[in-house]
Amino acid sequence: MEKGRDIFIQGYRHGIPIGLGYFAVAFSLGIAARDYGFSAAQGFLSSLFTYASAGQYMGFALYAANTTFAELILLTFIINARYILMGFALNQRMPEGTPLRTRLLVGSCITDEIFGITIARPGVPTPYYTFGALIAAVPLWALGTACGISMGNILPARIVSALSVALFGMFIAVIIPPARKDKAVLGAVMISFACSYAAVKLPFISNLSQGNRTILLTVVISAVFAMLFPRKTEEAEGGAVDAD
Amino acid sequence: MQINVYLYIFVMAFATWLMRVAASLIMKKPIQNRFFQSFLYYVPYVTLAVMTFPAIVEATQSPLAGAAALIVCIGAAWFGQGLFTVAVLGCVTVLVLELFL
Repeated sequence: MEKGRDIFIQGYRHGIPIGLGYFAVAFSLGIAARDYGFSAAQGFLSSLFTYASAGQYMGFALYAANTTFAELILLTFIINARYILMGFALNQRMPEGTPLRTRLLVGSCITDEIFGITIARPGVPTPYYTFGALIAAVPLWALGTACGISMGNILPARIVSALSVALFGMFIAVIIPPARKDKAVLGAVMISFACSYAAVKLPFISNLSQGNRTILLTVVISAVFAMLFPRKTEEAEGGAVDAD
Repeated sequence: MQINVYLYIFVMAFATWLMRVAASLIMKKPIQNRFFQSFLYYVPYVTLAVMTFPAIVEATQSPLAGAAALIVCIGAAWFGQGLFTVAVLGCVTVLVLELFL
């Protein structure tokens, strides 16, 4: 049995590259937030408790437009709908009888990136791992937002540019090892790259927000692969992240 | 009248949190349906792939540096490097290449 503390530390370690990527992305979010009238403290708070990039960007814009709470809630639901899907994927891995508390704690940590590393980790998702990653990554997300608001362009663009790649490097480290083992995953990854590229260029679909494009492509491509290459039974466990 | 900004931040955070825990509130045990299982198996890889490309090429100042980082990261991950190493190699690739590009 792995100890909770060790799993937490592993999660924390895996959360660091995510946090670096977050810092860079949050920095640009902060620059936008300042334009929408948010102070550094307000931006920090909203990032600390919301930690959702596209959702927050939209939220800031809606605040500036003085929209109602009903609209804010509805649009937040729509733009973050992919979290429901991710929640299902994580709960699917938890055996019957898992306490609601555990399910809620794991669910509360969902971000695109933390979901990615959690689902790629062998075994049952545990709050120790997700909170380790969350505690490493989210403060950097909040700090990046505050820095973006308060000092917009002090950090050299070259540094921001390099940091912004950390996030994607991490995604790649999650998807490539299972793709090497399973031809169907490799196919899904290559088709996803191609479709995602096409979606940015094609009329109509390119007009959707990035979050909505992501969920649309995810649902369609995953459904097609599930029909063409169904999993045998319970061996539908994800690939392995090296327990380094 | 302008809405209270702190109340606004709270509502945004709460609505986002509800999306995160929606499945946790509904699901009591794994779903046995084979299509649904297969669908969920592919979801994370497809989501992350879609978010990575072409975004990685657009995130850097020079698209060429982003493309190089993509290739370096895929190579490193293919040959068994862990999360942190792959991420750092990507950053270093961009940092070095953008000195010249």
